[in-house]
Amino acid sequence: MKKSVLIAAGLMTAGAAFAGEDAILSIEGEEFVTEAAAPAHMEYVDTIYSGWTFRTDETQALQTDDFDNPAFVFLDQAIDQWDTVEGSEGKACSSCHEDVADFAGLKATLPRVEDGELVTLTNLVNECVTERMGSEKWKYSGAKMSAMTALIAHQSRGMMMNVKIDGDAAPFWEQGKELYYTRVGQLDMACANCHEDNYGNMIRADHLSQGQINGFPLYRLKNAKINTTHGRFKGCMSNIRATPFKEGGPEFKALELYIASRGQGLSVETPAVRN
Amino acid sequence: MAKGVKPRVKVPKSASAGDTITIKTLISHKMESGQRKDSDGNQIPRSIINRFVADFNGQNVIDVTLEPAISTNPYFQFDATVPESGEFKFTWYDDDGSVYETSKTIEVN
Repeated sequence: MKKSVLIAAGLMTAGAAFAGEDAILSIEGEEFVTEAAAPAHMEYVDTIYSGWTFRTDETQALQTDDFDNPAFVFLDQAIDQWDTVEGSEGKACSSCHEDVADFAGLKATLPRVEDGELVTLTNLVNECVTERMGSEKWKYSGAKMSAMTALIAHQSRGMMMNVKIDGDAAPFWEQGKELYYTRVGQLDMACANCHEDNYGNMIRADHLSQGQINGFPLYRLKNAKINTTHGRFKGCMSNIRATPFKEGGPEFKALELYIASRGQGLSVETPAVRN
Repeated sequence: MAKGVKPRVKVPKSASAGDTITIKTLISHKMESGQRKDSDGNQIPRSIINRFVADFNGQNVIDVTLEPAISTNPYFQFDATVPESGEFKFTWYDDDGSVYETSKTIEVN
């Protein structure tokens, strides 16, 4: 269904907007999986696509070169932050963690359940900041936090998304799935209405993707900064005129787990570039 | 004093003699134009990078004057022909008198 829609849309518009559909994402010589068979738990979708495949040639090109990718300016800031002593304990990230590269693989498995609670990368960073560095909690989607989580998630780039959804994670995953398919807001829309039923179609000027989060935290040309998953969820909810849940709250964390599981089989692209 | 200023440069590691190579440079800088006012109505003083220079083995490649209308994180991409191995030296001059320097060597064979 999707392909026919694209052809029709291609005839009407410049066509170039969709030229990247079958392109292969290769960053600094490394190839990424941007199209894969959907994981078994997805009932209505056969193939999953990274958000990268839905973007224009120009936006796609920005991500293929680490120098052109504007997100790396923010990653550089996070590298400085990594060595910055903060809080009452006189510690920086680097006081305990030798090398940020040690976090390779972490992002691919998050969110995960720890002691009966669902934790995201941001939670883990804040645990360090408050408990081990003795500092004030960083704002959930603040500049410092989004840059740091992007830096840590970047270490997993090229690895496969692989979150645990069974065992003790199952109730959270179910909650996330429930949220994904529940219509909310004045426009009475669920995530699935756009990102499952209509991906590949245009919603006004926007080309709808599948809403995959394998590239998060990512740089958006729209606001020229690093955007987090929860920030993006909030944006989506505002667009459908719903009252957004709280960033870092249980609803968004469960949703993050569920959406991450919908991307099982795609490569982590952090930091991706989107419009 | 501008904070968080960090130059980034991309130069190929090697090239053949006489090759034209592409050089990309970016410096993270807020480039405050001097036209804006803060919430109390006071003018925010101008703070920009006003000059960018690239030299190759002491010979000037480009010398650019930057104006206040240039956006945050000025990016320059330009071509250069390299006759021999050597060092590219990049220099940015800040309004506050700071000078940021970085250099890259290139092997020509």
